[in-house]
Amino acid sequence: MPESLAITKFSDLANPTRFLGLAARILPWMAGITAILFALGLYLTFSSEGDYQQGMTVRIMYVHVPAAWLSMMCYSVMAVSAIGTLVWRHPLADVSHKTAAPIGAAFTLIALATGSLWGKPMWGTWWVWDARLTSVFVLFLMYLGLIALNRAMDDPGKAARVSAVLILVGFVNIPIIKFSVDWWNTLHQPASVIRVDGPTIDKEFLWPLLIMAIAFTLLFFTLHIAAMRNEIWRRRVSAQRRMAARMAGQTPAKEA
Amino acid sequence: MTALLLRDLKLSIRSGGGALIGVLFFMTVVAVIPFGVGPDLNLLSRIGPAIVWIGALLSALLGLDRMFQTDREDGSLDLLLMQEHPLVLTVLIKCLAHWLGNGLPLVIASPLLGLFMNMSEVAIGATMLTLLVGTPALTFIGAVGAAVAVALPRGGLLVSILVLPLAIPVLIFGVSASYAAVEDPAPFMPPFLILVAITMFFAVIGPIGAALALRNTAD
Amino acid sequence: MRLTAENLSARRGEDLIFKDISFTLGAGESLVLTGRNGSGKSTLLRTVAGLLRPETGRVAWTSDGAEAGMRAAEACHYLGHRNAMKAELSVSENLAFWKDCFGDFSGGRGISVGEAAESVGLGGITHLPFGYLSAGQQRRMAFAKLLVAWRPVWILDEPTAALDVNAESVFTTLIENHLAAGGILLAATHQPLGLQNAQELKMTGFAGVMENVW
Repeated sequence: MPESLAITKFSDLANPTRFLGLAARILPWMAGITAILFALGLYLTFSSEGDYQQGMTVRIMYVHVPAAWLSMMCYSVMAVSAIGTLVWRHPLADVSHKTAAPIGAAFTLIALATGSLWGKPMWGTWWVWDARLTSVFVLFLMYLGLIALNRAMDDPGKAARVSAVLILVGFVNIPIIKFSVDWWNTLHQPASVIRVDGPTIDKEFLWPLLIMAIAFTLLFFTLHIAAMRNEIWRRRVSAQRRMAARMAGQTPAKEA
Repeated sequence: MTALLLRDLKLSIRSGGGALIGVLFFMTVVAVIPFGVGPDLNLLSRIGPAIVWIGALLSALLGLDRMFQTDREDGSLDLLLMQEHPLVLTVLIKCLAHWLGNGLPLVIASPLLGLFMNMSEVAIGATMLTLLVGTPALTFIGAVGAAVAVALPRGGLLVSILVLPLAIPVLIFGVSASYAAVEDPAPFMPPFLILVAITMFFAVIGPIGAALALRNTAD
Repeated sequence: MRLTAENLSARRGEDLIFKDISFTLGAGESLVLTGRNGSGKSTLLRTVAGLLRPETGRVAWTSDGAEAGMRAAEACHYLGHRNAMKAELSVSENLAFWKDCFGDFSGGRGISVGEAAESVGLGGITHLPFGYLSAGQQRRMAFAKLLVAWRPVWILDEPTAALDVNAESVFTTLIENHLAAGGILLAATHQPLGLQNAQELKMTGFAGVMENVW
């Protein structure tokens, strides 16, 4: 009995109309909680003492680390949705990975930009070909490629299936890319660059970081659900317009 | 299946196409590098393996988007999709034919370019060997992009953008194995064996992904 | 030996082209689809050939020798708008390739490349590159492709486009021979093929937008 209930719940959720209803109900709450957590996280961030070595710049970490975490989580969400598209052919999964790509790209860009800002005072340069930076940069390129692919195709269903294949191939490759970039880095970058091994995380840093990470994660889900809702609306509008276009040319529609 | 291999090979030779243009592009890319970085032979011999590898990577991408596109344009792809042979196998055969027609000529042309770049014999041999092992991986991973290109009205460039990031591991290990052969402390075998592993891995992932994409883009 | 379609629906983009089409064809039977351009004839043929995934319903092939769960497409020849021949290769290379690639389906044998070219009335020119042929000749050679390997079901999309009356009668004869040998025909045409006892299905096109999904 509880099992079948769970299944009904899931299929309810998977229906676009139900999804819209649910989204309308929970979005305000999620947005509210996100805002509160951000307020708390930012307050802790700025009230905490700076690191004795890094001073103020350590506060970049509270944005940088959550953004980097989300850049990877978003791709995983897309990979799960891609499986949904290819295996169950569910339209919501199409919408999910299509709308997640720009959000993921944005968080990846934030991670890169803040990393660069942090790098300038720490390493004395905006960009080093550090293993982590490089693989995040490659991830960013993959996000942009997927967005471009989605835009290049007219038929949304086909676009969704094709990009789902690419998302999955990319997902399988990400560990290889990461590994090879690490290898390449040890080959090219001997210990000459001053590596920041991160400040020893003690409670003072941990709490703000944790809260910021949760706030960012919630922000992602809020944005993602809102974007999915918008995409569903957009598709409804285009379906209606198509209908109007087809009906205009026909004598009163005949039932087939 | 051999029929498909032979047909694709004949086509790549006859259409005055793929093979020759790929090699010409390869030579042109490598030949313009000295104009950019200067004719310093020491510098050229140091960056030689990397330049040859990057040239090969770019030329391998050049003909990729046509891999399934020509078959789609004349309707052959439909018939291939209908047959009882597993589509993965069909794609694998097409990859092999594509590599024989487009990848292998690059490998054969590489020693000549190595001479232009003032590379030592060992470096030339190592680069050729790594290209021989590594370029199939480029074809396999590119097959996914080529299958995607089938669905795109104007695909060529986008495919390169999608495929290049995925090809980074091949480039890294191809080049580091070539360097390891000439620079003493680094051993040659580990990066070379990893390159072999990557190629074999892509030989599985590439055709599966491409077959999946082809099945999903038919219309 | 039976080709069955149950409750087929298919869409192009967001448009539902047809819905709930069912038919059953046994040995020697034929079904001709008619309707204006864009009415979904090609879409239905491609769905039966397994090239388009149906939105609902399924296509099944049943016969004595066939294993269960076999794709119906494997029992079919499909001749679409495009000829699936390479302009760079000679006609005989093209046909020999397809003969090899297709292989014979259980229950029949294909004829040789030369004989196939003979029976579409273009015996002497198989050594020429396919690209040198005229549009009508190319269409005939594409038709010869159906003869080099045996498939019980022929799915023909506008087979007589770009052909003169003379060639049309050649095609009609070949199709009748195929039906007499126990074959099945599924064709879309503008012009009547002049077949006896063909069932006809009139396609109307555009059954709606997939609005129920969104």
